[in-house]
Order: sequence, then C-alpha cells, then structure tokens
Amino acid sequence: MQSRDYYSRKLNELKSRHSGNPDRERWRRETLAPWNQKTGYGGKEYRNSSEIPIHEIYTPGDLPPDYDKKELGLPGEYPFTRGIYPNMYRGKLWTMRMFSGFGTPEDTNRRLKYLISHGESGLSIAFDMPTLYGYDCDNPRADGEIGRCGVNISSLKDMETLFRGIDLSKISTSMTINAPAAVLTAMYVAIAKKQKVPLDSISGTVQADILKEYIAQKEWMYPPEAHIRIIRDMMTYCSVNLPKWNYISISGYHIREAGSSAAQELAFTLADGFYYIDLGMKAGLPVEKFAPRLSFFFNSSIDFFEEIAKMRAARRIWATVLKEKYDVNDPRSLLMRFHTQTSGYTLTWQQPINNIIRTTIEAMAGVLGGTQSLHTNSYDEAWALPSEEAVKIALRTQQIIAEESGIPATIDPLGGSYYVEWLTNQMEEKAYEYFDRIEKMGGMLEAIKKGYIQKEIAATSYRRQMRIESGEEVMVGANKYQDSSEKPIGILKISKKAQDAQIARLKKVKITRDKAKVDAILGRLEDAMRDPEENLMPHYLEAVEAYCTLEEISNAGRKVFGGWKEPVIV
Amino acid sequence: MQGGKYLADGKSQSLFRDKPIKVLLAKPGIDGHDRGMFVLARAFRDAGMDVLYAGLLPTPEDVVNTAVNEDVDVVALSLLNGAHLTVFKKVMDLMKERGIDDISVVGGGTIPDHDRPKLEKMGITGNYGPGTPLKVIIDHITERAAEARQKKNRI
Repeated sequence: MQSRDYYSRKLNELKSRHSGNPDRERWRRETLAPWNQKTGYGGKEYRNSSEIPIHEIYTPGDLPPDYDKKELGLPGEYPFTRGIYPNMYRGKLWTMRMFSGFGTPEDTNRRLKYLISHGESGLSIAFDMPTLYGYDCDNPRADGEIGRCGVNISSLKDMETLFRGIDLSKISTSMTINAPAAVLTAMYVAIAKKQKVPLDSISGTVQADILKEYIAQKEWMYPPEAHIRIIRDMMTYCSVNLPKWNYISISGYHIREAGSSAAQELAFTLADGFYYIDLGMKAGLPVEKFAPRLSFFFNSSIDFFEEIAKMRAARRIWATVLKEKYDVNDPRSLLMRFHTQTSGYTLTWQQPINNIIRTTIEAMAGVLGGTQSLHTNSYDEAWALPSEEAVKIALRTQQIIAEESGIPATIDPLGGSYYVEWLTNQMEEKAYEYFDRIEKMGGMLEAIKKGYIQKEIAATSYRRQMRIESGEEVMVGANKYQDSSEKPIGILKISKKAQDAQIARLKKVKITRDKAKVDAILGRLEDAMRDPEENLMPHYLEAVEAYCTLEEISNAGRKVFGGWKEPVIV
Repeated sequence: MQGGKYLADGKSQSLFRDKPIKVLLAKPGIDGHDRGMFVLARAFRDAGMDVLYAGLLPTPEDVVNTAVNEDVDVVALSLLNGAHLTVFKKVMDLMKERGIDDISVVGGGTIPDHDRPKLEKMGITGNYGPGTPLKVIIDHITERAAEARQKKNRI
C-alpha cells in the first residue's frame, strides 16, 4: 500500500509528539541563569553538523510519555531503535572488516592473508580508480593510476590471483565497486565455480549503490537509467542464484565524505534505499525476497552522540517506512543491517598519530550505534593507503573495544539517555523533512538529476570549511595546537612496477584467449543491452569466463547506453 | 565612498576594476573526489576570481585546451588518487610542447612531502595538502596570476 503524502503526514505526527520542555525552562530560569550571572558566563551556542542546537541538559520532559513503548522498544523488536538482534554483540561481535587493496592482485592477496592471520573476520576489497571506472590497466588514461587507490582488476585472471589460497566458502567478501559491480559479481561467481563452492553458499557484498555515485562519489560509466537497469538485473539474478549475496550496499559514507551533515547522510541514504525498494517491487520481486539482501553503509564521524543518534534513527525509520508506507510485514525485511567506517575527512594530515584517537572515538560510536561490521581507518590515511603497521593498529583498536572495554556486554547501553533519545528523534525529523521535499520534487532520481541533492551537500561542506577557517570548528593539530617541529611519517609507496606487471599479465591474457569467442560474446552482450527485458547477468558471467576484459565489457555498455554529464552546481 | 588614490607612474586611472583573475580548476586524472574542488571554487569566487571547473575526468589534453581557449591566468590541478607525478607532468609537457608560458600551474591534493620538489621542478607550485588555510591558497594563486599577467602583457 503506497500511501500518498505519507512523509508529510508522518512528519506532522512526529512534530506533534515533540514539544518544548517546561522542566528545563524552569531550571534555566531559577537555577542556571542566576549561576551564570554570578560566575560571569555569557553562554555559548552549540550546534552539531546537522545544525541542531544542543541544550545544556535533557530530562524526561524531552520525550513523549509513551516513548518507551512506542518509539524505543527492545532489541530485536519493532521498530528496532535498540538493535536488530535480540542479543546483539553478546551473540556475535560485529565483523571486523578492514578495507584493503593496493598494487597488483599479488600484493593485495598478501595483505588479505596478513589481516586474516591477525584476526580479521571478513574481507573487504578496495579497487583502484581505473577499475572503478571500468578501464583496463593498458588504457593510456590509466597511466600512473594502476594500483594506487586499490587493487587493479582488468580481467578474471587478476581476480583468480587476488583470491588464490582463500576459500570462498569460509569467508565473506565485500567489494567496494559500483559502476562495474555486476561484472565483478560475475567474476566472483566464476572464482567460486572454479573452487567448486556451491553458489548458494557464497556470501558477500558489492556496493553497487549507483544513486550515491551521482550524488557524491562520482564513479559512473553510463546514464542513471542504464545503471539502474543493471542493478535490477542483479537483484533478479541473485535472488534466484546467489541467495546470500548482498547486491546493494546503500551507502551514506561517500555522501558524508563529500561534505554532508549527519542528518543529510541519513536522509539521502534512506531515500536511496526506498528508491531500490520501489525498483525491486517494479521488477516484480516479492519484497521478502529482496529487502533482506539490501544492506547499508554509514560513516561514523567525530561528533560522538550525533553519530549514535543517526544510526539509531536510521534503523527506526527503515522499519517504520517499510511497514507503514510499503505494508511490509515480514520481520526480516524490516531489519536494517549496516556496515560502518570511521570518517576519512576528520583525519588530519598534520600530527597524524592523533588520528588513532579520532578513529577510536568514531569506532566506539559505530559500536554504540549497533553496527554489524566495522572498518577502522589507519592513522596514515590522510597521506596514503595504509602501511601494514598502521592497519594493524586500526584493527587492534576494534579488538580493544570488543574484548577489553566492556561495551559489548550491554545492548544499546545509551538507550534511555534523555539526550540520545531526544537527538535520535531530532535526526528522524530532519530525515522526514527531506523525504517530503524529495517526494514533492518527483522522487530521488529526479532530485539527483536536477542537482538538488548535490547542491545541498556542497552548501553544507562550504559552511563547514568556513567554520574551520575561522577556528570556530577545531581540528587539533591543523587549525589549533599546530606543531612546527613535526617529523614526517613513513608511508606506503606504490611502485610503478605494479603497472608494468598488470599490463604484462593483460597482454598474456589477450594472446592466450579465444578471440573469435570473445568477439561473439561481446556482440551478444551488446544485443542483450539493447533489449531492456533481457537479464544481463548471464551475459556478464559468460564474458568474464571467456576472459573478456573489464574495459571491453564496460565499452559494450558505453556504446549502447552512452555516458552522463553531471548537472552544474558550482 | 572611497577617497582619491595616489597612483604609481603608468598605472591606469580607470574607475573600472581590473579584469579579475581567471582560474581553471581541474582534476586531470581518473579521480572523482570533488569535495575540495567545490569548496575552492566557491572560495575563489568569493575572493573575486573568475572560476572555471573542468568537470569530471578531463584528460590532460582537455585541461590544456580549455586553459588556452579560455585564456586563463592559472590552472589549479588537484588529485587525491596518488597519480599526481604522472598526470600533472602530462599537463606540463603538453603546455611546453605548445609553447604556453603565460599560464601558471599550481597543484594540490594528497601529495607527500618527498614529491613536492619534483613537482616544483616541473614548474608546478603550491602543492598544498589537506588542512591548508584557504587564504594561503588564494594568496598563492594571486601571486602566480600576477606572473602570468605580466607575461601576457609583455608585447
């Protein structure tokens, strides 16, 4: 039941439940004001990234009287504010998943095995820029970029090397790939087939959230509609063939890194999520089949309570909208599972060791927010991809929180804090304001194509930069407490040899494969792309198994679908 | 209201402002990290400059062509993908090949200390990292724009 005007009605309902707090007013008048006068304190205004003014104190008067029953609930129960599982970290700790990839597939294969040997419990692969945009290592445009921001994958041969000696039936793999996500999924399937691992037992995630690419990360190959069709094909194919594959990780991380506030990250990510729900429904898939496979990915930034409130609000909004607007009743479909990564933009280039502390605070917020998996940034990441030593400290940070701090013993330990609950409500309200506005603009895709979302983020980003410039927002070591006696840290260097090795391997692949077969398959792929009713996944699988390269496969789409120029927002 | 002003010999008495500094912002590699670019674009505009942004994934050729066609004073390059040594160099090589010396080139991004002298040697100055105050960047661009203007006006 897709009710019209749902968001504006919901917003009114929420607003009617949040009113002023007479207890605080009385206290301010009778106790605080005289004290401030006596001590000469002029008062200071605090605001978080979401422009929410923060009060000095919170009391039960900040919450509606039936809040405990209605909005809060208990873990594992609707609306899941306190966590999606009844026993949370007592039953299973979050997955410690360190995003890694650099140089050649051999280099990254070694790093993955290093992390597994140090207790990492899931893999997460970072690809280099040419791979993310669907260019091969021998494309002249890719010169100088091979293996710099992640591992380079140009054909299935590289993927075979990447997973050599890693049993896909034993570990789950997350791949941060978007525009060519369907091709990389096909490669993963091809490796599983080679390892004789049944497809219904492989588990992992591809990011494939193309909407946030147009919003923030800017890694697309084709116009939005073409990528959305490919996502639809992945949803349909995987719901039959790869039941444990998470084919979209709906990501707020990049939206935040592009400069949004926490509330904007929350609102735009969930709006993207609802778009994918609509997409699956339009493709005729039963919601209980595909909704449980959608997962989320949030940023955990430095304003501790704001981040926790954001994550709690996200869970509640997802469950509530699916139930009330989409009429979904299957309990598993209402659960928002999410991955968290600590913030990159809060890390400073100056005094980089301080970044360990920032990451620790942010990681704790992720855990207190109830994340299912976590990546902790390394202290040297403002400079380069992390060194082995730095990444080990980042992993140890999680292990200390998990096994020493006592935090995981209690579920949602901040639940019931007047402040955290009030802030959760505030974040929720901000999100519904955006949902309402976006719906009135004709939906998320329209809002993105017009550049509205991008403009909102750029405006927030600029405001924050101005606050940093003026010193109103402090970055220790960067705009306050600078230290001119700093010594440079050792950082990971990627040799240009990686590029030569990749080009040599690709050359060999191109000589040894059956060229006539490759041409025939690419021709069929193009035909399939022209027919919107055809599912592209079997064609991608056939193509990667015949060692068609990533760029050849991507170019078939460039020919059929064309490209996309973003709206001008500067 | 502004009072009268003493002028050095040869300085124009025109009441119109000088033509503003024209800057082209470009990320000439395969790199979509554009948050910093958007911040710079607004900051440069607020500082009175005429700002062009090259858009997503321009090639070094695109950048040099636009710089010449638009007759900019400064090209400001940024990369956060580690490819600055290769890609910035391509822009400089193209400029040299085409004999362009009246456009200054500055750089920025995640550029490690040990790469900075290499870029300076190519003629790319600034090479500022994250956390650099906007004023430092704006002052540097203004200085390099003045150099370019001098060369443009030499005939």
